[in-house]
Amino acid sequence: MSQAAAPIGAGVAPQQVKKRGAPDTLVRVTKYTITRTVSLFVTVVIGVYLTILIANMGGHVDNIRRSQIREAIGAASMTPEIRRMPVEERNAWIAALIQVEEERLGLDQPFIIRSFRFLGNALTLNLGRSEYVISDTGSRFVRNIVLERLPATLVLMATSNLLLFFVSVFFALYLSRNYGSVLDKMIIALSPTSAAPAWFYGLFLILIFAGLLGVLPFGGMVKAPPPDDKLSYALSLLRHMILPVSAWIMSGIFSSIYGWRTFFLIFSSEDYVEMAKAKGLSSREIERRYILRPTLPNIITSFMLMMIRLWAGAIILETVFNWPGLGKLFYQAIGQYDTPVIVGNAVIYAYLLAITVFLLDFLYALVDPRVKVGS
Amino acid sequence: MKRLIHSLRELAHYPSVIIGLVIIATLVGLALYAVIKIPYSEAVRLWRGGPEVWGETPRLAAPAWYNYFSKIKQSETFVLDSRDPEASSKTAEILSPDSQYTTIRYTFDYPYDTFPLELTIYFQAKYREKTPHASLTWLTPDGREIRLGQLSVRTDEVYRLSLDDRLTRRLKGVPAHQGLFADPNSATLAPLKGTYVLQIGVSLFEEDSDVDARLVSYGQLYGLAGTDHRRRDLTVPLLWGIPIALAFGLLAAVGTTLSTMFIAAFGVWFSGWVDQLIQRITEVNMILPFLPILIMVGTFQSRSIAVMLGWVVLLSIFGSAIKNYRAIFMQIREAPYVEAAKAYGAGNVRIIVRYLIPRIIPIMLPSLVSAIPAYVFLEASLAVLGLGDPVLPTWGKVINEAYANGALHNGQYYWVLEPAILLMVAGLAFAMVGFALDRIFNPRLRGL
Repeated sequence: MSQAAAPIGAGVAPQQVKKRGAPDTLVRVTKYTITRTVSLFVTVVIGVYLTILIANMGGHVDNIRRSQIREAIGAASMTPEIRRMPVEERNAWIAALIQVEEERLGLDQPFIIRSFRFLGNALTLNLGRSEYVISDTGSRFVRNIVLERLPATLVLMATSNLLLFFVSVFFALYLSRNYGSVLDKMIIALSPTSAAPAWFYGLFLILIFAGLLGVLPFGGMVKAPPPDDKLSYALSLLRHMILPVSAWIMSGIFSSIYGWRTFFLIFSSEDYVEMAKAKGLSSREIERRYILRPTLPNIITSFMLMMIRLWAGAIILETVFNWPGLGKLFYQAIGQYDTPVIVGNAVIYAYLLAITVFLLDFLYALVDPRVKVGS
Repeated sequence: MKRLIHSLRELAHYPSVIIGLVIIATLVGLALYAVIKIPYSEAVRLWRGGPEVWGETPRLAAPAWYNYFSKIKQSETFVLDSRDPEASSKTAEILSPDSQYTTIRYTFDYPYDTFPLELTIYFQAKYREKTPHASLTWLTPDGREIRLGQLSVRTDEVYRLSLDDRLTRRLKGVPAHQGLFADPNSATLAPLKGTYVLQIGVSLFEEDSDVDARLVSYGQLYGLAGTDHRRRDLTVPLLWGIPIALAFGLLAAVGTTLSTMFIAAFGVWFSGWVDQLIQRITEVNMILPFLPILIMVGTFQSRSIAVMLGWVVLLSIFGSAIKNYRAIFMQIREAPYVEAAKAYGAGNVRIIVRYLIPRIIPIMLPSLVSAIPAYVFLEASLAVLGLGDPVLPTWGKVINEAYANGALHNGQYYWVLEPAILLMVAGLAFAMVGFALDRIFNPRLRGL
């Protein structure tokens, strides 16, 4: 990953690489992938364990859960039979119930032991049962709840990001050809607007298009009740996606275009590009073979960093747009103080990040012949 | 160093930098004003206080400047106090040694096209045993005289005109805040514009007894910024949000950037296992879900802004920037002057602080300034998720409450727009300056 995460600014000067045979590449990529898988797995384990440690907040969460148990059992012991018992007997009865419940949840063991059990459970996605949040199908298993929400997040964020990414790369290529034009200057002037996050633009978009004009919905994923046939379901989904996707694109597009444009400009002043121009190659050819090809590893790196930001950005964007994804689930769980869901969700986020890093690392190794194991 | 100063002078050529710096200076000035004018404890009291603090402001009132942009002049909130000689006249007539008759007369214009939301008179009476007795009369611009009510005035008597059933009956079932201003000749219920007089005659039965009264007309508009669902004046959080946002952004950006820089420098200089360890920590940190962890901290530990700031810095230190700095330090490490320093026997710390770090400042400075808006917005984002500081008034909290109370659905746009625009202005100012700094200091961007 030390290679993969090298930032654009400090980019390594591209060199002409002589062609290698396919089997060589295969061996290299396989070796690389295996090493990366092992090291990434270790990283994930440490990351998830740290998340669990942080989630427990030095025993604070245990205390919350103990008091919850106490409260629940106290409330359940308000039946007439138990109330009629003598005080000592009743207290003993309640204490016994509390102890059984704490043992069931493993609260009687020291945290360090439990933390490893949590780790094992988390790594096998055995995320426990929620306290309040219930999935649409009525399940209380955190895994089911999370898996149910995952597609919504993926649909929204994949659309937004792919659109943002491709639009900005191709627009930047166009700008780097028309360097110094009015459009180019406008993009430069507008690029500081990307300091504001997507949810912020979302507020304005909701205000204008849902509040003032009333042409698009305030939020949600499909209209209620959801349409039956697939076509109108898809249409309704698209209609609901317009605002969040635009918000995401608005917040990212200008700085993204600016970044790529500058990047391409730097690379198009390399000697070998001048050489290609002197040879009389067409500008399309130059772009494809002499600019895009050597910058591909950096493009992938940047895509990876964008994906990592995506997972965090999604939480608030979904909350603002009432999008029933993982982020909204998080918000809901915070409101209801549902510990297992919050922790489970954080673990899932750690996984998603790891998977993102892994997939892009793999891609990186495929396109960059310089990546070698142990280099 | 000379290059640094020269480059800073170059800043003046960028109009965006000038605009950005002017905005930042204004914000800093406003922040100082806010902190001096409304001290911390007062700000917290005004924000968290309770009904007794916000009693004289209307609920969900838009800012008063709405009227400049609208044809229909909505009613503004106004307070007339008998202790203020400009707002009222107060005459005392001594009838006998221990009895006097005080007349409080408020004369005011009502130029609005809509009715107020409520009308209330707050009395403050000074007496020992015998409570003063007040009778109130209302004079309309067209010369009608309406008897309001009579009441004995205890120390903190509150007379809510709209809740006086007898008065409502006398006004043919229309509540007082509408009935008293209604135009009798109009077919629909519309206010009559003109000069109104409220006269309060108070009989006092003791020698040094005294009465003061405040008439509060709760309008649809209030003050510079309007009010929220709990009648709080929004100028307080908007003003106090400035120092909080600036402090949070600045502290987080400086804390993160400086510690990242030092750690990267140490790693590169000592190389070996130190470097390896830093690299591994960075990789693990990349997988740690940043916002979810902050959410967990906010839910389970504390929502205090200081705790949040600590966690934000802690989680951001080993960010992707460390790789950036590392790559540059690797190049600097091989420079001949570092070799020379080693040759004359300079210690590790001296080389790091005096030889490595200064070279990276031009690259660090733009990224530091550009990081500020990100942290300003992060604070707001946390507040929007409901994890804002429980005590302090911040912009994010205003947006959160506005959003949670359906301000966008109900058309109370000012409630969302005011903090949002302030956030935008503050964020943009820093972003513009940081952006220009990057173009100046980053040699690869020169002329592009």
